[in-house]
Amino acid sequence: MTGTGRVSDAAHRRRIPAPLAGLRAVAPVLVLLVALLVALAVVDPGFFDPERLLAFLRRSAPLVILAAGQYLVIVSGGFDLSVGAVVTTGVVVAAELFNLAPGLPWLVVVAVLLLGGLLVGVVNGIVSTVFAVPSFIATLGMMLVLQGAVFFWTQGAPRGYLPEDYRMLGRSAVPGAEWLPWAVVVLAVVGLAAVLFMRSDTGRTLVATGDNDVAAGLAGVRVARLRTLAFALSGVAAAVAAILVGGFTGVSAQAGSGYEFQAITAVVLGGVALGGGRGSVVAAMAGAFSLQALFTLLTLLGVSGAWESAVQGVIVITAVAVGGISWSRRSRRTHQPVREPV
Amino acid sequence: MTAPSVAPAGRPRLRLGGPVGVVYLALVGVYLVGWLAVAARGGDFVTVGNTVTILQNSVALGLVAVGQTYVILAGSLDLSVAYLVSLTSLVTAQTMQTAGVVPGVLAALAVAAVVGLGNGLVVTRLGVNAFIATLGMALILRGYLEHNYTGPAGAVPTSFQHLGYDRVGPVPVSVFLLAATVAVTWFVLRRTRLGHHIYAVGGDEEVARLSGVPTTRTRVTAHVLCALCAGLAGVFLASRLGAGAPWAGTEAQYDLVSIAAVVLGGTLLAGGRGGVAGTVGGVLILATLDNVFDQLAVDPFFKNVVRGVVIVVAVALYARRGVDARRRRMRGGS
Repeated sequence: MTGTGRVSDAAHRRRIPAPLAGLRAVAPVLVLLVALLVALAVVDPGFFDPERLLAFLRRSAPLVILAAGQYLVIVSGGFDLSVGAVVTTGVVVAAELFNLAPGLPWLVVVAVLLLGGLLVGVVNGIVSTVFAVPSFIATLGMMLVLQGAVFFWTQGAPRGYLPEDYRMLGRSAVPGAEWLPWAVVVLAVVGLAAVLFMRSDTGRTLVATGDNDVAAGLAGVRVARLRTLAFALSGVAAAVAAILVGGFTGVSAQAGSGYEFQAITAVVLGGVALGGGRGSVVAAMAGAFSLQALFTLLTLLGVSGAWESAVQGVIVITAVAVGGISWSRRSRRTHQPVREPV
Repeated sequence: MTAPSVAPAGRPRLRLGGPVGVVYLALVGVYLVGWLAVAARGGDFVTVGNTVTILQNSVALGLVAVGQTYVILAGSLDLSVAYLVSLTSLVTAQTMQTAGVVPGVLAALAVAAVVGLGNGLVVTRLGVNAFIATLGMALILRGYLEHNYTGPAGAVPTSFQHLGYDRVGPVPVSVFLLAATVAVTWFVLRRTRLGHHIYAVGGDEEVARLSGVPTTRTRVTAHVLCALCAGLAGVFLASRLGAGAPWAGTEAQYDLVSIAAVVLGGTLLAGGRGGVAGTVGGVLILATLDNVFDQLAVDPFFKNVVRGVVIVVAVALYARRGVDARRRRMRGGS
């Protein structure tokens, strides 16, 4: 949790250049992450072998990337429920493209997916800003449309396969450095880009817009354009995740199902306030790592697949409740309900 | 977000230009277009039988969406209703198998009330955002269901299937169940202190609290009422299916679709404005669409595409009206 909430406080805090200010925002989720990693080390002493750790990073990559994209939308005051459907659509479209044109260079398919994700995000953004549809409903509609379209197109059983060179990003290692999976490289690049973006003027304006869009608008921010940019980047992030997921698991009409809620959960675990204006992207990505660590831990503990979601539910509620308590004690403010910018 | 805090009860309810009027105009529009489309293919659309089918198919979603109206008006939402519908359908069927009809219904409603109470307390006492709190509850229910059930379970006696299949004249009994729930909800929201408190809390929780509204109790009650409605939907589906099923609520995505229906009915997702009459209109729009697609034998997957588009377009139309109205108010300076 980020401590203070008022506009002036937030602006004031951002002027503090000390790295401590950033650390404070990330602290609670880091405690959670460290606790989970310690638990993992106790349950499975071999977990911190470099090779296993990199495998963990590789598995985390799609969720962390989705969380970074989702963070941009949430911090600007919206929701993006369509990312899971974008991942599914990306995987299926890639397979169908290779099916239609077997010799297609994989980079072309990657470019098509990234553009597609961008397009979906821009539509989400325009519908929720220009047409003033609450983003919850706008992206829910997008989700229904994409899900329906994928099933309609494939009749529930996608054909085709993903060739080896396309799946490389998801499951192979960098040539010459066999210990380093490509997915981890992609993750590092996206993570770095997200951090740099949030440190730029645009990123800071995005947070200010989520905090108070009227004030931001009066200060000269082009609110609609900025929010649309957030949705567009979230769409691109989902397309990147689709490329990785396609590499991991191959073609499936269920490839991305559930990712939207996991990504939102990860962002909230990172202490980012739903409704916008508070929280850091590093914390959001740490939230995604925590969630993935939790999944891994539950698997290692032999919690049956069925109970896994129940345990996840309890832990998510507890973690958010505990984070909320320490936060409200400091700022003496009750929590806010879900607020859509209208 | 600067909605003027007008007491909801004093407003005239049936203006064509009002929010509810627009919803029903949209419903009439969908109905007419559906009529033309089906008639062009040589089918019968405007018959008593078909209208009754539309009503019948509105019942389950209608019950869930009416419940969702309480929490959305109170500035919250409930993502756990889909799994709750599944759970209560199973509780109903399994209790009826051993203990009879009345205990079955009561057990289902008791389970629903407990789940709603849990949601409400987590949201208010622990201060967890409703989105996360009810999503967490959904995961917990899902874990329980997946651990204990792989398929349909329990059985309801034939006498109880009357609820799902019998008719009074042309009208199915279950439609009366929905109508009664809607009437009670309308009365609670418009004519009781609790209802006014729900609007106040949804409009601005801080202002409501400072005005002496018991915000915590109000939100918890809204969550319990929402869960009870979902429980009723579970009971109805058990009667309809003859057994409980772990997919009874999740297959139709009642969690997200019920929220969409409420918003389609002109209720503000942020809370404080709207009402149950609009929700009924929203549910009927979705049911009419479904019926048209069934008659035209449209691919079921394609249905979702059109559904998504209709929801977004309709809400965009309402949103535009809202923006215009607000601009007018601001300019008028009244």
